[in-house]
Amino acid sequence: MIRLENVSIRLNGFALENVSFCVPTGEYAVLMGRTGCGKTTILEAICGLRPIAAGRIYLMDTDVTHLVPGKRNLGLVPQDAALFTTMTVEEQLGFALRVRNRPRAEIRARVEEMAQLLNITHLLKRRPHGLSGGERQRVALGRALSFRPRVLCLDEPLSALDDETRFQMYDLLKLAQRHEHVTVLHISHNREDADHLADRLLRLENGQVVEYPLKPGSTCSLDSDEIPSCK
Amino acid sequence: MAANAPDATTPQSTGEASPPRSAGGETLAPSTILPVRGPDLPFILALGLIASVYVVLIVGMISSTMFYVQWPIVGEVFTNPRYRYAVLLTLISCSITTILSVWIAVPTAYLMTRVDFPGKRLVDAILDIPIVLPPLVIGLALLMLFQTPPGRFLQGYVRFTYAIPGVILAQFMVSSAFAIRTMMAAFAEINPRQEQVAVTLGCTRAQAFWWVVLPEARRGMVPAATIAWARAMGEFGPVLVFAGTTPMRTEVMPTSIFLELQVGNLGMAAGIAIVMVALALAVLILMRWAGHGAKML
Repeated sequence: MIRLENVSIRLNGFALENVSFCVPTGEYAVLMGRTGCGKTTILEAICGLRPIAAGRIYLMDTDVTHLVPGKRNLGLVPQDAALFTTMTVEEQLGFALRVRNRPRAEIRARVEEMAQLLNITHLLKRRPHGLSGGERQRVALGRALSFRPRVLCLDEPLSALDDETRFQMYDLLKLAQRHEHVTVLHISHNREDADHLADRLLRLENGQVVEYPLKPGSTCSLDSDEIPSCK
Repeated sequence: MAANAPDATTPQSTGEASPPRSAGGETLAPSTILPVRGPDLPFILALGLIASVYVVLIVGMISSTMFYVQWPIVGEVFTNPRYRYAVLLTLISCSITTILSVWIAVPTAYLMTRVDFPGKRLVDAILDIPIVLPPLVIGLALLMLFQTPPGRFLQGYVRFTYAIPGVILAQFMVSSAFAIRTMMAAFAEINPRQEQVAVTLGCTRAQAFWWVVLPEARRGMVPAATIAWARAMGEFGPVLVFAGTTPMRTEVMPTSIFLELQVGNLGMAAGIAIVMVALALAVLILMRWAGHGAKML
């Protein structure tokens, strides 16, 4: 579950006040809004990359408001993937587990599992230079999920992809979400992303996050009665 | 890298439309060079003419020194103990200065580009002082610094004025400023998102720096070291004032040239100059080669 309670973020000349919303455990939420309205800022606050002036942030019932990013147990996929340019794909997938001093065999097994899930086994020995946009996003997704976080934050991961690749990524994102049982907050400015992915559609309008009804017939990974309601 | 390229052997089961790739498995980068067409020619030629003035001056300068120099004199630079000492002191002091400069530049540049702190703008301005100060003034200011009680206290342990550590310190004061500016440009080029992702993956700030940012910054360290070396080797004013010109003690190659010119021995000065040109070119080639290696990482 991702829950924001009256979160205020103030930057130079920009402020978001009393933002509250909730994404129940296991749901795939898409947060939409105009460019520059503060979607990424909210995501950064959830990740602990931007300090908040007021309010509280809960992830899976834990108050993470004052936790450092590494203790929040969430994975982040930025818009440009931000792959580590000096590491191979294999090293990127195993990075979070290496940071946690996990045994080598466990790291190897997990890297293999993620590579197979995301169909990037053939890229394991490559460095990011020269990978296509879709490949980069798959590696970034694998890197973010590798340490089994409970929450996944995606910052417009599909915006630079061609239509065909984007459609493939829809399937892959849903597959990864089900396989890893993560609660997802996906930022996008493309309604099509929401139609294909969202269990819950949120919009940031006039500084507030409001819930919008989903388009009839759009996919939902869980039955509504399986979704635990937010407190 | 290319050995693991997927194209020929591994089917892309997602069916993703990959961008065109070279035989090495790399995607085609967008073109950065605009082809020159007929109507553009006068403009490009005008630019070329302006640029060529400078290029011709550089080549002319070096080649006329090479023509002027009497090659047996160049040999004397290595056989005469006094000049040999100057060459060795130059090589050793420049190497130490370069290492110290990069060692200072990396943390300073990281702080200046990736951390906000009170007084940052003031520190930024202070870092430029050695670049804008006249070199002789730097030497004089160093002399003054070592007249103060803390300076004298330090001299009690290591003698700086008119001694070899003074040569290194005089070179270091200028070289570091240039190395810091070069490293700042290198850090500014690194995508800050990488570091942010690293901390979400569980890294502390220090781990993200050592494992993600620093390997990336290695590419910037090569030009920083090159510029530090070049500045150190050319440093004359501060060394002259702060460390003196004692032969077989604090005489470095620029000082030798100065001393030879003082006594009207232009031939010897040119001989030493040619050795300095060769050393500078050798370092430039070595660093380019090292930089090429770093880019391959």
